Amino acid sequence: MKSPILQSASRYLLPILLLFSVFLLLRGHYYPGGGFVGGLVAAIAFVLHSFAFGTAESMKMLKYKPSAIIPVGLIVAAIAMFLPVLFGLPVMTGLWIEEPIPVVGMIGSALLFDIGVYLVVIGVVLTILFTISLETH
Amino acid sequence: MIDNHIVATVLVHLFTALAQLLLPKKTVPQMILSIAGCLLSFLLALALFMKVYSGGILTMNAANWDAPFGIVFVADLFSSTMVLLTSVAALAVSIFSAVGVGRARMLFGYFPIFHFLIMGLNGAFLTGDIFNLYVWFEVVIISSFVLLTLGGRIPQLEGAVKYMAMNILASMFFLTGIGILYGITGSLNMADLSLKIAQVEDRSVVNLTAIFFLVGFGIKSAVFPLYFWLPSSYHTPPSAVAAVFGGLLTKLGLYALFRCFTLLFVPDDFAQTVFIIIACATILTGAFGALIRTNIRRVLSYLIVCHIGFVVGGLGLCSKTALLGAVFYLIHDIIVKTNLFLIAGLIRQLRGTMNMGKLGGIYAEYPKISLLIAIVLFSLVGIPPLSGFWPKIYLIEAALMSKSYAFTASVILGSFITLFVVAKLWSEVFWKDAVVDEVIVDNFKPLKTGRKFLMILPIGILASTSLFIGLNAEFIIQVADRIANEMIDTTPYTSAVLGNK
Repeated sequence: MKSPILQSASRYLLPILLLFSVFLLLRGHYYPGGGFVGGLVAAIAFVLHSFAFGTAESMKMLKYKPSAIIPVGLIVAAIAMFLPVLFGLPVMTGLWIEEPIPVVGMIGSALLFDIGVYLVVIGVVLTILFTISLETH
Repeated sequence: MIDNHIVATVLVHLFTALAQLLLPKKTVPQMILSIAGCLLSFLLALALFMKVYSGGILTMNAANWDAPFGIVFVADLFSSTMVLLTSVAALAVSIFSAVGVGRARMLFGYFPIFHFLIMGLNGAFLTGDIFNLYVWFEVVIISSFVLLTLGGRIPQLEGAVKYMAMNILASMFFLTGIGILYGITGSLNMADLSLKIAQVEDRSVVNLTAIFFLVGFGIKSAVFPLYFWLPSSYHTPPSAVAAVFGGLLTKLGLYALFRCFTLLFVPDDFAQTVFIIIACATILTGAFGALIRTNIRRVLSYLIVCHIGFVVGGLGLCSKTALLGAVFYLIHDIIVKTNLFLIAGLIRQLRGTMNMGKLGGIYAEYPKISLLIAIVLFSLVGIPPLSGFWPKIYLIEAALMSKSYAFTASVILGSFITLFVVAKLWSEVFWKDAVVDEVIVDNFKPLKTGRKFLMILPIGILASTSLFIGLNAEFIIQVADRIANEMIDTTPYTSAVLGNK
């Protein structure tokens, strides 16, 4: 499906969708959103790109294999879980910075955990979908 | 006091698995990481056990939320003993895996998944929250699906489908039970639940919930009549995997059964009778199943079922002696069953088959290894003073005291059939002359000395643990006695979790 309309549309949609996914990720702790939804939206951005240009092209654009993102995400989430232990608190306790940061708002270890989830979801979804689409071609 | 030591074993396995995921395709570093991680977690588990043994129940509120609201991790003597046994078994299996698992399987992520499985087991033993227990069960089940199907041979997939279908069904029962429990009490913390359930007026709802839990855990721990998935799936994966499954996974179901039916629901007369009937039927079907099989691992699978009956019967008798016997049997069984599956793997390495009819003459060729294996087989049967002997004495004594003659007879018959099966296994595999017209495929002899050592060492570790349990029975009885006390009087548990209320 190499339609020029879809190709030029997805060229603009890719950055917008990625930006929206980051917005959802940051919004997540108190409002609807979070790492999981953000990760899905980001994955959709790449899937749309692969519809327009072909899976091989998208893989080339990503540089890394999507399955390599999964352990990175898991480690980020695990660090968020382990961090409080270094401060003498029980595992998984939320740590928060005292002052809010402009635009982003309050930052805490929960955000780190959400970033981990975000990365894992992108990795898993892209691994599954790219594997299926490469098998069928 | 904040004590992160409780979850240390969980964290060690988590980070080992993550580090291995960062090194895909590099099997040797993964192997070294795996053994190092297991060794570290064994030392931590030993320290935790010592701490709990001398200092009493430890708790940790995850994420610093107070007890009935957040998730609590509780290390009482029962859970810390289970964690310790898991670490010993995991250490042995991880050493054995270095030689016993093919490189192709390692490339597909055998080691990380193995560590996720052990992490799930440790978490399930330590959690004090019933929904969190369900989550750990899921971690264990998902990892075990992957381990079971790695390799993708047709019999493996066939076994995995049965395994998966039954276990998902069991999880559904378990989850429904949790849902009802939350509906009637509004709590998920096990200590809190044990106080609140006692106050619920509508006993029929409580009994109904108990049945959901019984069916759920019954499937997972493979009791009669829900055991059939076990013998049809446990003989398919590589021996290292089968060892974890046979030694630990069904015992997780038993652990949950004990936890729920001593802390949450106290069995009444009817429930006790049900347990006894289930136990007798489990012992007999398992024993008779083991009689007619010729593949070593199938025989062992049926023996697992048979011996689960012993433990369930101990729960059914519900007296202190019976619980003591059941807990002791659990301790003995985890080590011995893990070891037996490793031995099955070793036999396959020695001869290329696990069919008893085609095997023979191992004693003549490898007398030292055979004698090591003999220790394990004898402790399985329970020749005094080895480890299987003591718990059976307690179980039979308890059964006679509560005049449960059917269970007494089943235990005795089950033990005799085990003896017969083990004697048959010994004479067919080790004593009998090698079958003449069979081509012997010995994959063991060409191995380098170091790799041979890696195959024998785990069996040695577990055999010496069995010897320790048998010869140091006084200490184990003391531990089991205190665990039985904790099961009968749950106030220390609840007050440790909830503070003094």
